[in-house]
Amino acid sequence: MSDGRLSVFKTYKLYVGGKFPRSESGRVYEVTDSKGAWLGHAPQSSRKDARDAVVAARKAFGGWSGATAYNRGQILYRVAEMLEGRREQFVREVADAEGLSKSKAAAVVDAAIDRWVWYAGWTDKIGQIVGGANPVAGPFLNLSTPEPTGVVTVLAPQESSFLGLVSVIAPVIATGNTAVVIASADAPLPALSLGEVLATSDLPGGVVNILSGRTAELAVPLASHQDVNAIDLTGAGGDAELAKELETAAADNLKRVLRPSASRRPAKGEQGEKGADRPQPVDKADWSADPGTHRLTAFLETKTVWHPTGALGASGSSY
Amino acid sequence: MPTTAPSPKRSAAFEQGGASFADATASDGALRRFLHGLPGVDAVGLEARAASLGTRSIKTTAKAYAIDLAISMIDLTTLEGADTPGKVRALAAKAVNPDPTDRTSPRTAAVCVYPDMAATAAAALAGSGVKVASVATAFPAGRAALDVKLADVRDAVAAGADEIDMVIDRGAFLSGRYLKVYEEILAVKAECGRARLKVIFETGELSTYDNIRRASWLGMLAGADFIKTSTGKVAVNATPANTLLMLEAVRDFREQTGVQIGVKPAGGIRTSKDAIKFLVLVNETAGEDWLDNHWFRFGASSLLNDLLMQRQKLSTGRYSGPDYVTVD
Repeated sequence: MSDGRLSVFKTYKLYVGGKFPRSESGRVYEVTDSKGAWLGHAPQSSRKDARDAVVAARKAFGGWSGATAYNRGQILYRVAEMLEGRREQFVREVADAEGLSKSKAAAVVDAAIDRWVWYAGWTDKIGQIVGGANPVAGPFLNLSTPEPTGVVTVLAPQESSFLGLVSVIAPVIATGNTAVVIASADAPLPALSLGEVLATSDLPGGVVNILSGRTAELAVPLASHQDVNAIDLTGAGGDAELAKELETAAADNLKRVLRPSASRRPAKGEQGEKGADRPQPVDKADWSADPGTHRLTAFLETKTVWHPTGALGASGSSY
Repeated sequence: MPTTAPSPKRSAAFEQGGASFADATASDGALRRFLHGLPGVDAVGLEARAASLGTRSIKTTAKAYAIDLAISMIDLTTLEGADTPGKVRALAAKAVNPDPTDRTSPRTAAVCVYPDMAATAAAALAGSGVKVASVATAFPAGRAALDVKLADVRDAVAAGADEIDMVIDRGAFLSGRYLKVYEEILAVKAECGRARLKVIFETGELSTYDNIRRASWLGMLAGADFIKTSTGKVAVNATPANTLLMLEAVRDFREQTGVQIGVKPAGGIRTSKDAIKFLVLVNETAGEDWLDNHWFRFGASSLLNDLLMQRQKLSTGRYSGPDYVTVD
């Protein structure tokens, strides 16, 4: 090099269980920018990496789902702080991955950081929105509270390598789920770098596990995996055949499935999952739009408790 | 002191090849000379050998065979202060029928409990072919008078234990009183009657590989039917290296005396991958004769669930999860 310094190439690695392993298979694949120029090599994960990621996610689930919502919010906000510190790196990676100009890439990264802050705020508020006291015809105090579904496999969007990625990961973990994320196959580098941010943000290891590689190769065993509780098919949006196959496999242990077409722009003023708006193909999804809460509520289970209050009228005294 | 032949069947074989061993146990001095005369262990070589055997790739039909073999070799163990008769019965039911969703899965070799639970286990396992193993001799520390230890063994045998897992007196062993350890094993063996005796060395407390080799020979000379690595109650339990060392000992012992002795690694083996590595060690060191639950056991509890999940994966093609096996 002209200044006499050797360039330091970065080895991109997976993020599984809080560690940065190479793929168990030892494989890597070439990642290029939008014009075909070489950017780096990413690990090409195998189904065994996927299996290991599920084990890590399951192990992390107890602690993460049991943490207070406030604490989860603090940690997610910390992620946003760490992202802010690495802003330049992400701007460069997003510009390369998506062929954007510096300024457009910067806008995308800013939106992604803001998205993270937005979801951090939701952690201790979603309970009030989708849970609460139910009026019942009997002497019961009846309460519904949302609980996380469990281990969620997330197929990250193929096109939006960073804003889209953040928009699918943050809502899953905000509510206390743990995630196994399959990064965009052609643009995995921002996702792998996000792993480095998550590792330094107080996020317990295993809460988010990031795999790069061929989407179908990883998604099929994960969709049929008996220890995965839900699957977000966003990243299979461009391949209806694959999405169908995955949904069929997911039915086997009654996984919750978020269909790719469910990614939609919420109607004006809409907050909840209700609303009769048109689904739109995910590849055209506008990730910069207001995301609404439907990605938060997609991976929640409602727990309802009936607490006896004693016979009506018997509780008060007559004097 | 004359060697008491542990059983009539065994003494014949003993006389042929192992006449010299009677001298070895004649006195404390002779026993020490014999044990310290054993070749020293090349620790680096041993660990390298164990590590290299751990890299074998066992797939498809071989893996299916290995998983079933490993299940059939498990001493399904519960050794907790909180053991209840209900827990022992549940464990016994699991030993007889490990995977309720797949009746083709083999039974485990035995259920391993404390002596006071042996009767419960024996009742629950009656007629199933699964053996009752009971720890005894003031397990796990072994710090009690010989009379107390022998009474412990008698209790377990009377309650129906088919196998007795005894601990050696590590304090005596480490202070060089080998004959005391030897005589204690002899005395316990005499109490066992028809029950097979497993001698636990607690390798994690023996400090060196040389000591593990000496303990192995001491146990075999005293009439152990099995030599077992550890109690599962200390920080370091069964490792591939110390199990390899014990497998070499039983192999050499059979070459010299014609008597075959079993090996049982216990504690710390939790995954199918680990278990299969141990089976590779057995096959490559002691040989195929030991690939049978009469001669090789795993002391484990959570290992069974992992083996069952792997078994389900092989039969269905889908990765299984902890929701599909019992919570022990």
